[in-house]
Amino acid sequence: MGLAILLVGTRKGLMIARSTDDRRTWTTNDFQFLNQEVYSVAIDTRHDPPRIFAGVGTGHWGPLLTFSDDLGKSWTEPEEPPIGFPPGSDAAVARVWQIQPAPADQPDVVYAGVEPHALFRSDDRGKSFGLVEGLWNHPHRPSWMPGGGGACLHTILPHPADPDDLLVVMSAAGVYHTRDGGASWEPANRGIQAAFLPEDQRFPVFGQCVHKVAFHPGRPERLFAQNHFGVYRSEDRGGSWTPIESGLPSNFGFALVAHPHRPDTLYSFPLQADAERFPPEAKLRVYRTENAGETWAPLSEGLPKDPYYAAVLRDAMVADSGDPAGIYFGTRLGEVYGSRDGGDGWSLLASHLPDVLSVRVAEVA
Amino acid sequence: MTSRLLLPATLRRYAGGQAEVEIRGGRLGTALDDLCERLPQLERRLRDEQGRLRPHVLIFVDGVSVRGGSPMDTPLPEGAEVFVAPAVSGGSCG
Repeated sequence: MGLAILLVGTRKGLMIARSTDDRRTWTTNDFQFLNQEVYSVAIDTRHDPPRIFAGVGTGHWGPLLTFSDDLGKSWTEPEEPPIGFPPGSDAAVARVWQIQPAPADQPDVVYAGVEPHALFRSDDRGKSFGLVEGLWNHPHRPSWMPGGGGACLHTILPHPADPDDLLVVMSAAGVYHTRDGGASWEPANRGIQAAFLPEDQRFPVFGQCVHKVAFHPGRPERLFAQNHFGVYRSEDRGGSWTPIESGLPSNFGFALVAHPHRPDTLYSFPLQADAERFPPEAKLRVYRTENAGETWAPLSEGLPKDPYYAAVLRDAMVADSGDPAGIYFGTRLGEVYGSRDGGDGWSLLASHLPDVLSVRVAEVA
Repeated sequence: MTSRLLLPATLRRYAGGQAEVEIRGGRLGTALDDLCERLPQLERRLRDEQGRLRPHVLIFVDGVSVRGGSPMDTPLPEGAEVFVAPAVSGGSCG
């Protein structure tokens, strides 16, 4: 790798770490957006120079979606608000939860997921976004409930080869799937349990609190989901789901990351339970499966051995595209760990940050 | 009708570093519409995309809070002081 950057969005700012030695060491002294939450970050490498995005919550002054074309030296906020509900919709963007550039064959398309539950699409590389009306007008929407973090659309998964095929994930509404570019959407939750509902209602059509969905771009029909109690796999792009949690110390958690090169390899960061959001046994461990969830193994080489009581949130674990792959995660204790060998060994990259909300990494030069 | 919009330190960067900005309009809503024409990035910090005062923004016109009722209909007398403050309720946690 030449220059790699690691964006770490925290409760009170954005750290931009840089590495020029194939991810061995990182400079971590660039901290921006002081005292502002950075719930979402993205690195768009489809153009030169790359563009980095940040979804910033300015506290009293509302949300902000901004971007930089010089790797964070300066940031652009368009004169026109880049993202907002249309007049008369009676809704206002409360938080930008996800910024997702489309695949390389749609080089100007960027998606954004917001609170309240809505998807926005940009066709000008993120300068302006329009509401995806098909999802906003979905007849299920009045029944979608907020999750513990809010009524968030937190995950956007474009199909790598079909521009009309897109999945979104919302808490607590579940997974929705469009095959016609967003005009119509179908729930894709069959087999996922809503453990918080009465026993005879635990497999609804929608209303699940799915925390994260991931897939390998070379195998887009196979999805993995971390649910609010339950880890699942789908072999038909969300048509049905089966549990793959056997071997994990808990079926609760948020973060789930697919390996960039191996379709059967997946990383999970389990938490004890929804009422005990700590690593199981207070041991800081990432779990890896190399057979699509049939078996899991803990990874802890290089991680602290002392009891650890901080969680990893849904967007705070990520993989790079290196070979061997780098895996990174940030904790609510404000520490960032990285592995240069697919999770076999870990090292501390940054510490003493505010709690980590979002992490993204890419080679940019 | 011209009023003086007085800004807290955190918003002055959106007004070229100025502590106050002249706004024109007979009511708070029309005055902020005028502000949006000249300093849109400042205006959007005060109101959401539906033109509503953001939940944790306080505005006082000549010392009287505009909260409650219809804040945007608040009359602005000539020379009014429109004071903007962040509510103590709305900061980030910690």
